[in-house]
Amino acid sequence: MKINPLGDAAVVVTLEGAAEAGTVAVAQALAAALEADPIAGFSECVPANASVAVYYDPVRIASAAGAPPFERLRAWIEERAAAAGAGGNPQGRLLTVPVCYGGEFGPDLEAVGAAHGLGAEEVVALHHGAEYLVSAVGFTPGFPYLHGLPERLHTPRRGTPRSRVPAGSVAIGGTQSGIYPFETPGGWHLIGRTPWRLFDPYARPPALLQVGDRVRFQPVTLTAFGSWPGHPSQGAE
Amino acid sequence: MARIHVLKPGMFTTVQDLGRPGWQRHGVTPGGAADAQALRFANVLVGNAAGAAGLEITLVGPTLRFAEASLVAIGGAESDVAAGGVRLPAWRPIRLEQGAEVAFGVLRTGCRSYLAVAGGIAVPRVLGGRGTHVSAGFGGLAGRALRAGDVLKSGPASAWARRLAAALAHRGTVSAARWEIGMGARPSYAAAPIVRVVRGAQWDWFSAGSRERFLQDRFTVLPRSDRMGLRLTTAAPGLVADGRREMVSEGVATGTVQVPPDGQPIVLLADRQTIGGYPKIANVASIDQSLLAQLRPGDTVGFREVSLAEAHELWLAAERQFATVSQGIALHTA
Repeated sequence: MKINPLGDAAVVVTLEGAAEAGTVAVAQALAAALEADPIAGFSECVPANASVAVYYDPVRIASAAGAPPFERLRAWIEERAAAAGAGGNPQGRLLTVPVCYGGEFGPDLEAVGAAHGLGAEEVVALHHGAEYLVSAVGFTPGFPYLHGLPERLHTPRRGTPRSRVPAGSVAIGGTQSGIYPFETPGGWHLIGRTPWRLFDPYARPPALLQVGDRVRFQPVTLTAFGSWPGHPSQGAE
Repeated sequence: MARIHVLKPGMFTTVQDLGRPGWQRHGVTPGGAADAQALRFANVLVGNAAGAAGLEITLVGPTLRFAEASLVAIGGAESDVAAGGVRLPAWRPIRLEQGAEVAFGVLRTGCRSYLAVAGGIAVPRVLGGRGTHVSAGFGGLAGRALRAGDVLKSGPASAWARRLAAALAHRGTVSAARWEIGMGARPSYAAAPIVRVVRGAQWDWFSAGSRERFLQDRFTVLPRSDRMGLRLTTAAPGLVADGRREMVSEGVATGTVQVPPDGQPIVLLADRQTIGGYPKIANVASIDQSLLAQLRPGDTVGFREVSLAEAHELWLAAERQFATVSQGIALHTA
């Protein structure tokens, strides 16, 4: 475990190993341990693949007597990491996300297949046959980085990003899959779309998918897509 | 409480406060005013809490009509803002008469100006903040930049603000206090600043030559810069990180200087993403983040290294000064 400054109001704790299910669980466990017993001046933390970023208020940490802010923070994180232990299995839910693959919702489906000598149907079968782990949430509010994309679908990002990717787009970028919660620019390959709303600022939690959750994809037809509820709690999956 | 009619929206005017921390693990950036120091000075000048919501004005400002008499203050970038032909001075409280029309026009120097209104701009808190998150479409006024025809409301002014406004009322239709926040207390804006940085987590990944260039070169701000980040450019080949090392996406911060494979750095501002996959060569110290927010396309910026301890000392000193200025303002009358 390494602790490096991320400017003067945050540090990043880097864990051993990268982007494995075990590392995500350790990051999750550390984040939970930090939040369970915060130091004065602790603001929030962001678990990711193999790291936890810890944000703090230097004024509030410095106002407590003793060592410089970074040293105080480091001692606290090390103590909490020891308390958190090695993690364990990811403490997540399993969600089955409906996807309408191909057509206007998945303009890159054929090209992704062509890049690997696969037909569109084979790409769909591989993509929805796998189980994914949410290893990070970021880029935009609620965007899940999904670990577990079958190696035969690993595809370098587009040379030129699209200036507008529609909300709900299910995509492949490098070794990961992901879902765009909002219409944003994006460089991943679009293979389908989900009717689910991935982020709602008025819901608690606002992001549908959390780090540690597991995800499977369920193909749905264009007709079913049109009448599908926007949230898993609003009907059968 | 006052209604403020938006006659012209300006280029990109949004409601901003000091951000919504606590939701980054859901991918929600804290956001808030890009130049947080300017907004909080403007707020305390009108008797608001430092984090009240105000307007962030970008390059070309709005024209606003105040339906009721209001106490306002302006901070940040300089402009020729006027009401009924009377120039409005920055960094001091100003009482506007009922019906006053305030026109900002084109900002003269810097990129962002801030307007605080006594009582703050009254919009609902979303995820704990009143600032506008434009890309996700929530917060502020309907989650978007202002448009002509919008009507904003201010909240209840503090007792101090009401007393000050009453004392200024008999001086004319537009009357400013005779005192201001002195130059020495304001952010030290400059057209081509050298901002202070601490080393980033991947500093060692960069070649010795790239690290040296980072601290010596002048970088030019590109037009594609926005509230998410400043895109900078320098002569090819830019800054080179060891390409054999695999970067796993991890948390980033406001002020993070990240370097994509093209070698041209990006400095993250208030609407940054929450995690990033590019090596971070440095992070701009909190004390100088206001200077970043005032850079416009074509401006240049340089970087100077300080220790983490020095960055903390600088910020703590600025915070002490802000506290002193705030207390001083609370003791002032017209």
